[in-house]
Amino acid sequence: MAIVYQKSKALTDKELHYCPGCSHGIIHKLVAEVLEELSFIDAAIGICPVGCSVFAYDYFACDMLEAAHGRAPAVATGVKRVHPQSPVFTYQGDGDLASIGMGEIIHAAIRGEKITTIFVNNAIYGMTGGQMAPTTLIGQKTTTSPLGRDPSHCGGPAHMAELLAAVEGAAYVERVAVYDIPRLNQAKRAIKTAFEMQMQGAGFTFVEVLSSCPTNWGKTPLEAAEWVREQMVPVFPLGVTRDIRKEAAK
Amino acid sequence: MAFELWKGNEAIAEAAVRAGCRFFFGYPITPQNEVPEYMARRLPEVGGCFLQSESELAAINMVYGAAGAGARVMTSSSSPGISLKQEGITYMAGAELPAVIVNVMRGGPGLGTIQPAQGDYYQATRGGGNGDYRLVVLAPNTIQEAVDLMQEAFDIADCYRNPVMLLADGMIGQMMEPLEWHEPERRELPPKDWAAAGLHGRGSHNIINSLFIDPLACERHNNRLQEKYRLMEQRELRFEERGCEGAEVLFVAYGSPSRIVMSAVDLLAAQGVKAGLLRPITVWPYPYERLAALSREPSVKAVVAVEMSAGQMLDDVKIAVGGCKPISFVGHTGGVIPTQHEIAAAALAALGR
Amino acid sequence: MAARVTFDQDRCKGCELCTSVCPRHIVVIDTKTTNRKGYHPAAILDLSQCIACGSCAKICPDSIITVERL
Repeated sequence: MAIVYQKSKALTDKELHYCPGCSHGIIHKLVAEVLEELSFIDAAIGICPVGCSVFAYDYFACDMLEAAHGRAPAVATGVKRVHPQSPVFTYQGDGDLASIGMGEIIHAAIRGEKITTIFVNNAIYGMTGGQMAPTTLIGQKTTTSPLGRDPSHCGGPAHMAELLAAVEGAAYVERVAVYDIPRLNQAKRAIKTAFEMQMQGAGFTFVEVLSSCPTNWGKTPLEAAEWVREQMVPVFPLGVTRDIRKEAAK
Repeated sequence: MAFELWKGNEAIAEAAVRAGCRFFFGYPITPQNEVPEYMARRLPEVGGCFLQSESELAAINMVYGAAGAGARVMTSSSSPGISLKQEGITYMAGAELPAVIVNVMRGGPGLGTIQPAQGDYYQATRGGGNGDYRLVVLAPNTIQEAVDLMQEAFDIADCYRNPVMLLADGMIGQMMEPLEWHEPERRELPPKDWAAAGLHGRGSHNIINSLFIDPLACERHNNRLQEKYRLMEQRELRFEERGCEGAEVLFVAYGSPSRIVMSAVDLLAAQGVKAGLLRPITVWPYPYERLAALSREPSVKAVVAVEMSAGQMLDDVKIAVGGCKPISFVGHTGGVIPTQHEIAAAALAALGR
Repeated sequence: MAARVTFDQDRCKGCELCTSVCPRHIVVIDTKTTNRKGYHPAAILDLSQCIACGSCAKICPDSIITVERL
């Protein structure tokens, strides 16, 4: 008898508070599985954001810090400078990272901060009730863009994977999705690569995960997964935007 | 020990290193720049880490991270920068993280001026950020005292798991004075077994957090914090009395103005008026009881508060004096420094002379 | 292929993601059952069809599925 799949030891027994079908649970699992496979649970230190994943400190079994809104990369910087040998990661949503925390994430990348950031992009503010995010698509209706996001009024979606790929201190940047098994497997490979490169001292590592928010999108979980594939992926193309190993090989 | 001539900001930084501080995160702002500049040179020599952040917001959150990870850590700034740091300070108070924050105060509001002032008293002594919390606030009036208080600042922070503020005005930061380095007394401190430093075999994970979503849990947490603050009030109060016995005029001043007051005391003595000074060294906790007792001495005819602000500590003086004696106020803002002559004149006027 | 698939049904939120990734289309929502959360939980219709690929477990946001190959 062989176990094909069981819950990762890097997750606690606490029941997740997320809505049915929310991608946060899937992404938590992928991070946890990577921590377990790399034997990092004992040394890793995680930093969670303000937003739907604010309680992530209860779900990851490693030591955790809860940061102020947008400041997780700064908190992670403090942690990493004290414990340079420890795997340090931030887990942040789009409001946290791409809006209020834009300064902190860009400068963490500029410094080549040896941390891994998991960026959950679901194109909306979840916890506060479905407001427009920096990554909201053009025309997407939210509670603060009731007629759809109008680029002449508030610009278009922020492309964080492309933005950070332009930063010299960034070592690895990839955008992934989790709406089906092949995409999910690739997402896990990206997260694993990011952690490995962090521990090799390569620099700042970043994985953007396209994610669904069925509740605030007003869709069923299956419709929401489909919406990621049909609507988000064309705007936010999947793939590696920066990998200094490949650039060095050129 | 021999006397050495030190600039205030550099002496504060060196004292922090001697107190075991190994991590500094900060952002340039006048008049405190010599603190980060000194740390940038000095910390690598002792195996520590100096990092210039992209903003004060980032700096204080780096301090939050380093403190949460178990390090002895500090930051410094000046008034507008401290306003930006309030976000992180309230989170640190909520998450019970120890660190030292130096505020070398300049004039305000807004950009104000880069000259010395004491306009951040309310902010420093009432918490400063959102929610019910307090910092122990140490307000030295000489560079020697600033240096001597530094070990205590870090030890108090670790002892109570709470941020501590060293509240200096621009004068303390910028001037040079002779000082002696002493081997400071160190407190017995509890182990930092709460830190998020990695499990390393520990059975359950540590969480650094200020979020308590359940109202009852949040109030329980707040009640525990308040008990801690009451303990600080009992144990950490510091003040100095100069010539208060038999004084007709009781001055109250902290930081640099307290030294000018002592010159005014001499001027008054030459005119046959006996004046004394109560100088809070901690402005939180505040020496309410001692000020109440001194102001009720029969010899005291008037209380005179002197500040480099429009009258902020004055509120605490009024609370302590409780209307039992008339209170006069001498204050300047915007970097204007009160003179001993106007202070003495205010005292004479208060006595009706 | 013999497989054992365990659903911690009380923790299931009935999101149906597992039903969408099963190559044998044997994972379904059991509308006859309501769990303590008030959801119809996921279940397997015919375990003999299971190839123990683990896909349902991999995508489950709440990690309620364990898959074993016997």
